[in-house]
Amino acid sequence: MTTIAPVEQSIYDKILAAAPDGERLRLCLQCGNCSGICPFGYLMAYPPHRLIAYLRADRFKNVLDTDTVWMCVSCYACTEVCPSDIPLTPGLMTSAKEELLLAGNVPSELQSALEFSQRYGNPLGESPRKRADWAKDIQPEVKIMGKVRQPVDVLWFVGDYPSYHPRVQSIAKALTKVLNALGVDFGILGPEEYSDGDSQRLAGERGLFEMLAERNGMAFGKYQFNEIITTDPHAYNAIKNEYPGLGISYPIKHYTEFLAERLDQLKPLLKKEVKARVTYHDPCYLGRANEIFDQPRALLEAIPGVELVEMFHNHKNSLCCGGGGGGMWLDGFQWEKAHVRLSEWRVKEAMSEGAEILAVACPYETPRFEDAAKTVEGAGELKVKDIAELLAEAMGD
Amino acid sequence: MNIVVLVKLVPDLVEELNIDPSGAALDMSWLRLIINEFDDHAIEQAILLKERGGGQVTIVAPEYEGVDEVLFTAAAKGADRLIKLSGDASAGSAQVFVAANNHALARACAAVIKELQPDLVLTGVQANNDLDGPLGPTLAECLGMPYVGYISGVTVSDGKVTARKEYPGGLIAEMEVKLPAVLGIQAAEQPPRYVAVSKVRMVMKTAAIEERAADALDPSGGPAVGRMFQPEAAVHAEMITGSPDEVADKLVSIFKEAGVL
Repeated sequence: MTTIAPVEQSIYDKILAAAPDGERLRLCLQCGNCSGICPFGYLMAYPPHRLIAYLRADRFKNVLDTDTVWMCVSCYACTEVCPSDIPLTPGLMTSAKEELLLAGNVPSELQSALEFSQRYGNPLGESPRKRADWAKDIQPEVKIMGKVRQPVDVLWFVGDYPSYHPRVQSIAKALTKVLNALGVDFGILGPEEYSDGDSQRLAGERGLFEMLAERNGMAFGKYQFNEIITTDPHAYNAIKNEYPGLGISYPIKHYTEFLAERLDQLKPLLKKEVKARVTYHDPCYLGRANEIFDQPRALLEAIPGVELVEMFHNHKNSLCCGGGGGGMWLDGFQWEKAHVRLSEWRVKEAMSEGAEILAVACPYETPRFEDAAKTVEGAGELKVKDIAELLAEAMGD
Repeated sequence: MNIVVLVKLVPDLVEELNIDPSGAALDMSWLRLIINEFDDHAIEQAILLKERGGGQVTIVAPEYEGVDEVLFTAAAKGADRLIKLSGDASAGSAQVFVAANNHALARACAAVIKELQPDLVLTGVQANNDLDGPLGPTLAECLGMPYVGYISGVTVSDGKVTARKEYPGGLIAEMEVKLPAVLGIQAAEQPPRYVAVSKVRMVMKTAAIEERAADALDPSGGPAVGRMFQPEAAVHAEMITGSPDEVADKLVSIFKEAGVL
């Protein structure tokens, strides 16, 4: 076994403890697959395999003086291809970011998002009291658990961006329409909902993640419901895989899973044709990290008129939109390093399949891809739609 | 070097501001308080000075709701000592300071700061609720120390401070200031650092906040607020519409009417 000097012991231990099977880090073959598949690996001074080599050589402090670890978007591409099954994303890269963060090496954009999350419970810096404002004018009224004080069948964890981001709020409204059409008895936490904290965790802020998780756990504990659904794959990942470790255990489904189970009931409601060539982008935290590939596609195929085509990168091999692991809050930083956005690569792929609609299932993606479509030549006509929006559209008025 | 940083909490503008039924103050019931941004820079500047030349950093803050977290965060960044001023408990100590003007705060804080015998006192150059001028100069007067404001860089050597003071128009002066002195910080030499939540939580277990009772607040010298109100639209702009020629004709007649043509 490699001997590790005391100075490196803490980071090494942290990585080993950060993820189940962290111990597998010792099995690295230095094949370099991880760094090759990493969408930003070519820009990193220490892509994953080199990071491991430096750790083994007791030279991790060299890494602390660089900032290209912040190019990691926690997309799980490296983890997916590792022949030794090392938890590279949740273990190695997240711990490396945590060390950088503790050393004060944090890009300022990310710092604001983390401070906002601490203070307001959302990375956008919006008032926590306004978390349910998106639902204000909706009829029938969306139940806010703290107000109605009655049990519901389904607790909908709306998430940060569907709650606050003007573009993404329309996804929350669309999903409300779909849930109501299906007669689902649901409620939301509103001002008692905090950021799920998963992207903050993957950006190295474990303590912040725990704080946010505890607050959500307290809110969950106050109300009666049978299961949680969520709009956000990051929330899904956190509540499904990370919250139980903190003693917060609830059954959770991503809304595409939940709706796919009700496909027989849903299909007759989809009367209006959405005549378009549609391609689907697998979100990292729905697809690669949690292996939900079929349900979103089944929903799209149920919409009359939709012709579903696959992009070159699909399913486990999907390309990240660039928003994960803190990437959502590192746009300027990453642009300075790369002069390209991952979302632009993805939009180009959608274009090369002749897609008219790029369908998504993660709240980070609509604004990212819509912005990218504005900068990619010839992509001006490409529509970016969440599956919930397409379903609502197919239901007509 | 014994550095004291005076910090106050101010209304967080993320929440909407409402007027109290009295019509002369902010409605405190929904008010959320946040550290004055410039005070955050004063803390950062103090920590930078300590890291460069050693010394002790003491943070002094009146009691507000949420002030403990602000103090612990400063400790996690490197502050050595935390002092909280408590007011009249019967009136709700935290409420007393939110409503106090800078004259009252300066007098109350000066009494505590004097005892600490500081070489240098840093505070934010301004705050969003300064109705009676910034806190720094009034504090300096109470302490009998010189004051320089709009500072964006501080170096210390041989018992003297050189402060970079910003003037409008992009001018910067380097000023030598004899100690002890009060500086109003506009910006620290680097943005306030991030401190991980885990670090703050750890500090909460080990650091102590010392409490000092403030004397009865004396707001004299400040203005009395007669009426506080949301901005009111008084005169509306007149929009000139029509074809370019019509618009030009209208403009000419307006200018003539105003006597400028």
